[in-house]
Amino acid sequence: MNFEVISSYLPLYTEAFFLTIKIGWIGILIALSIGILGAFILHFNIPVLSIIVKVYVELFRNTPLLVQLFFIYFGLPKLGIVISVETCGAVGLGLLGGSYMTEAFRSGLEAVPVSQTESAQSLGFSKGQIFRCIILPQAFSISVPAVLANVIFLLKETSVFSAISLMDLMFTAKDLIGLYYNTTECLFLLVVFYIVMLLPVSYLGSFIEKKVRFAQFGD
Amino acid sequence: MSEVLKIENIYKRFDELVVLEDVSLSVNVGEVIVIIGPSGCGKSTFLRCLNGLEEIQEGKVILDGEVINPVSKSTIKSREKLGMVFQNYDLFPHKTILQNLTLAPGVVQKRKRTETEEEAVNLLKRVGLENKKDNFPRQLSGGQKQRTAIARALIMHPEVLLLDEITAALDPEMVREVLQVVLDLAKEGRTMVIVTHEMEFAKAVADRIIFMDGGKIIEEGKPEDFFKAPKTERAQKFLQSFSY
Amino acid sequence: MIERLGFDVLFKGSNFIRLLEGLGIALRISIISVVISIVLGIVVGMLMTIKNPIIKAITRIYLEIVRIMPQMVLLFIVYFGATKSLGINLTAETASIIVFSFWGTAEMADLVRGSLISIPVIQYESSAALGLTKIQTYIYVIIPQTIRRLIPLSINLITRMIKTTSLVMMIGIVEVLKVGQQIIEANRKASPNAAFGVFATVFLLYFLACWPISQFSKYLEKRAI
Repeated sequence: MNFEVISSYLPLYTEAFFLTIKIGWIGILIALSIGILGAFILHFNIPVLSIIVKVYVELFRNTPLLVQLFFIYFGLPKLGIVISVETCGAVGLGLLGGSYMTEAFRSGLEAVPVSQTESAQSLGFSKGQIFRCIILPQAFSISVPAVLANVIFLLKETSVFSAISLMDLMFTAKDLIGLYYNTTECLFLLVVFYIVMLLPVSYLGSFIEKKVRFAQFGD
Repeated sequence: MSEVLKIENIYKRFDELVVLEDVSLSVNVGEVIVIIGPSGCGKSTFLRCLNGLEEIQEGKVILDGEVINPVSKSTIKSREKLGMVFQNYDLFPHKTILQNLTLAPGVVQKRKRTETEEEAVNLLKRVGLENKKDNFPRQLSGGQKQRTAIARALIMHPEVLLLDEITAALDPEMVREVLQVVLDLAKEGRTMVIVTHEMEFAKAVADRIIFMDGGKIIEEGKPEDFFKAPKTERAQKFLQSFSY
Repeated sequence: MIERLGFDVLFKGSNFIRLLEGLGIALRISIISVVISIVLGIVVGMLMTIKNPIIKAITRIYLEIVRIMPQMVLLFIVYFGATKSLGINLTAETASIIVFSFWGTAEMADLVRGSLISIPVIQYESSAALGLTKIQTYIYVIIPQTIRRLIPLSINLITRMIKTTSLVMMIGIVEVLKVGQQIIEANRKASPNAAFGVFATVFLLYFLACWPISQFSKYLEKRAI
């Protein structure tokens, strides 16, 4: 391995790294917002909207991100909807993630036992109070592991951005390999940067999971 | 003696299945009523109908002269006047023991935190759990959880306490500590309606025994009379099933 | 309307058939990978329940690599890296099957481990008390219980595998998405809006391939409880 090559590529990778992180996290924020909204709509079974959410979730959970990005980036402009490659990346990731997050939050809400509602009812809580004080905090804690797994999944999915020529880590590696054939060094840097990006999240994830396990049931 | 809770001819059906059939009962202030009967006789359902956890098809439940079931929006508030403790404790797992007690008075009754915390600590002292106040429910034994659940119901200052088989899920050695708390409450003159399978306990705590079978009240009477000489055949059979 | 949205190119010549053939390649790669993953995953998953520190360390690192490395990165490492540093000339399809099996085995192993340890100890103990040997315990008691839980999860792995195969176009395999691109290229003049129609169709094709399988897995999962 040639370390001169590595150090000369470092700035390019660093730039791509920050771009990947930026788009990745914007996408994740969009996904979380969609997920919370979608889960509420499903939980309260809001007419019409809940059907839309169901169709959306099935559509996006059962298709690859790459295909979704191609459709958004190359297909939609033909309808007059033109967006930049970066917006496309964030929106695509957000839509894909939103379908996964909706499922995560919804099953969290469903996992709170009915007896919790009943015991709150018998203490005089109103419906709104039960949802706010009893269901929501428990549902949140139950969905944390699934949400964290989704976050890691979505950060990994950012590698797909390169296919629509977003200058992310993957694209940079591919580009440099194509230009200079320093395959080993390029792939080495790619792996290192993905480790830097995901290992802390993975460890922080296990830490948070332990912290919020308060809603575990049983003894 | 003044009447606090009155149940008038209630019927409860799940589709075709009749669970409660024309059940009436009147509960006086300070009275302890124990409902016994074979599994599936409708006694737990009856208790759940009292505070509107179950809909009823006919009849009504009246608390302090106000109809509280059939449930309507204006009467939902009076649920807090009926404290209820369940078989599986159902503490809030995301709150500490102290918070389990202070949550409802804070949110529902809008009482001040300083006041409710003080009362909560006193109640925990009474049930012998003040040293557990900062623990989470999962760190407690079944008996401790159930005592917490009783304290959680008491802090709402209920007029009547409903206890639904509160020792059924407990290990035998924990039953006594929970029942002792209930006996103390009875001595203080609390109004209670209790569903239980513990016959000795029923004998000790009850002012009046209600025997239910097949969704109906079959027999009622003072515990000394009922356990010594039950009048109906069904009650005799039921009591025999407890002796070897 | 159909022309304006660019769906018309699909009806020209053998274009639609070509798309389906592309999907067929994606499906072939994913089925082969799933079969390999399930077989290896069961073995690795059972290994993971053995309390040996070395096996534990190795499998943990393996799972962590799969957990944080994007499949696309693995694909590049195997396809370009192996050729370069090991001098092995892998076809793109072989490379992708290796990568997807590497990923799928880890997923499957984790599922197998999870369902094995979820069987209560009492099941082993009561089998032993009945005089069953260790192997008999596995054959008659443990495996039947884990399989009920594993089948829906492994079927779900198939849909995830199919979705992942869309990545293989990045190492030059001509699958459905690549075919789509070619069709759009070839008809650039005649139907400039083909991108919408073709990619919408590809989107739908993937959905039609995955959705029934994931519904089936959901149904089995509900029945298994």
